[in-house]
Amino acid sequence: MGDVFSVTLLSLEVSGLATALSLLIGLPLGTALALGRFPGRAVLLSVINTGMGLPPVVVGLAVAMLLWRSGPFGGLQLIYTPLAIVIAQLIIAAPVVTGLTAVALQQLDPRLQQQLLGLGASQTQMVLALWREARLPLIAALIAGFGSVISEVGASMIVGGNIRGQTRVLTTAIVLETGKGEFETALALGALLLVITFLINVALTFVQQHGTRQRGRP
Amino acid sequence: MIEIRDLLVERDGHLVLTIDRLRIERGEVLAVLGPNGAGKTTLLLVLARLLKPKHGTIQFQSRTGSIESDLAYRRRISVVMQDPLLLDQSVFNNVAAGLRFRHLPEGEVRERTAVWLEKLGIPHLRRRPGLRLSGGEAQRVALARAFVLAPELLLLDEPFASLDAAARQALADELRRLLAETRTTTVLITHDPTEVRRLATRAVWLEDGRLSDRAPDTVAAS
Repeated sequence: MGDVFSVTLLSLEVSGLATALSLLIGLPLGTALALGRFPGRAVLLSVINTGMGLPPVVVGLAVAMLLWRSGPFGGLQLIYTPLAIVIAQLIIAAPVVTGLTAVALQQLDPRLQQQLLGLGASQTQMVLALWREARLPLIAALIAGFGSVISEVGASMIVGGNIRGQTRVLTTAIVLETGKGEFETALALGALLLVITFLINVALTFVQQHGTRQRGRP
Repeated sequence: MIEIRDLLVERDGHLVLTIDRLRIERGEVLAVLGPNGAGKTTLLLVLARLLKPKHGTIQFQSRTGSIESDLAYRRRISVVMQDPLLLDQSVFNNVAAGLRFRHLPEGEVRERTAVWLEKLGIPHLRRRPGLRLSGGEAQRVALARAFVLAPELLLLDEPFASLDAAARQALADELRRLLAETRTTTVLITHDPTEVRRLATRAVWLEDGRLSDRAPDTVAAS
């Protein structure tokens, strides 16, 4: 029972941190891609769109090679640590959040930028106002980013190593239990993962839809 | 009050606006008439410093464009686009938006916003979502949002273009009353001579990106 609790907690910590970091990167980068006009923008957008479908196992392999003891970042001794899983999950979630942020902002009327500036908004105020306008799809981007990492197993397995009490998360624990033929335990962990994901999405959806109902109040 | 000199504006590599000299006096309502594609909106965007000219100067109350920052300049003016482009917030918050951008005290924001909701006849809409208004209501909100800023220069880009005839006439009468009351220096982009007669104190004709000498005659004849 204690094991299940620590595995669940680690899953939430790792995926929560990876999602938060992906938001810090994805929100400004997606905004720049949606609103900016700079050389290489189309190429970068294509890279991000490709990144939205990155196979986690390939990300795990690449991050493992970088963090391996003999790899370029081996000196940091991050391989088989929770932080290694965060890094891998960040690489998986960041393109999702970035790409969906760009799409969310591109759906707004482009003249709205001019109107906001014409009302005396600074560049920062304009971006904040646009984020507010696109809050529903932006929260959807957050939900998608979190969903992409809480459910992945390949990267966590490769860079985390599924070490009991250290890097075991819900998805890698399910793989292990299934491998051992402990289907009941695997099924219970699977159900737990589903319930947690559901509850978090319910909370985020509530925030999203609450924003819709709030419209109209001064 | 405003003097444009030797203005050249390019868009997508093409020269779209050439104005040697245009002067707008304080309190004047200058109508800029012309066919579609004549460069009217480009002129408005340049005046709002939302588009950089390739060459030329716009002197605004003795301050040249290059000295004052774009932000400081824009906080002395107001722009109303062809479509209301309201925010997905309450009518009140829409009208208050520009004041909040200027970091005015919330008490003053509420007071001034309430006054202008009243003046535009829309205090009952204050809680209504900005995106759930009729065309006429939305444009009244857009006008309130502009006037509440007490702009030194008001830029209107065909503000009634998306309205039906009845709403257009009602709002034009309202705008005439507000312009007379506030004596706001205004540039009105339009292709409707009726609006010019109703609202403007002077008109110029823009065609193929150039001001035409025929302007006064054209307006007088229309």
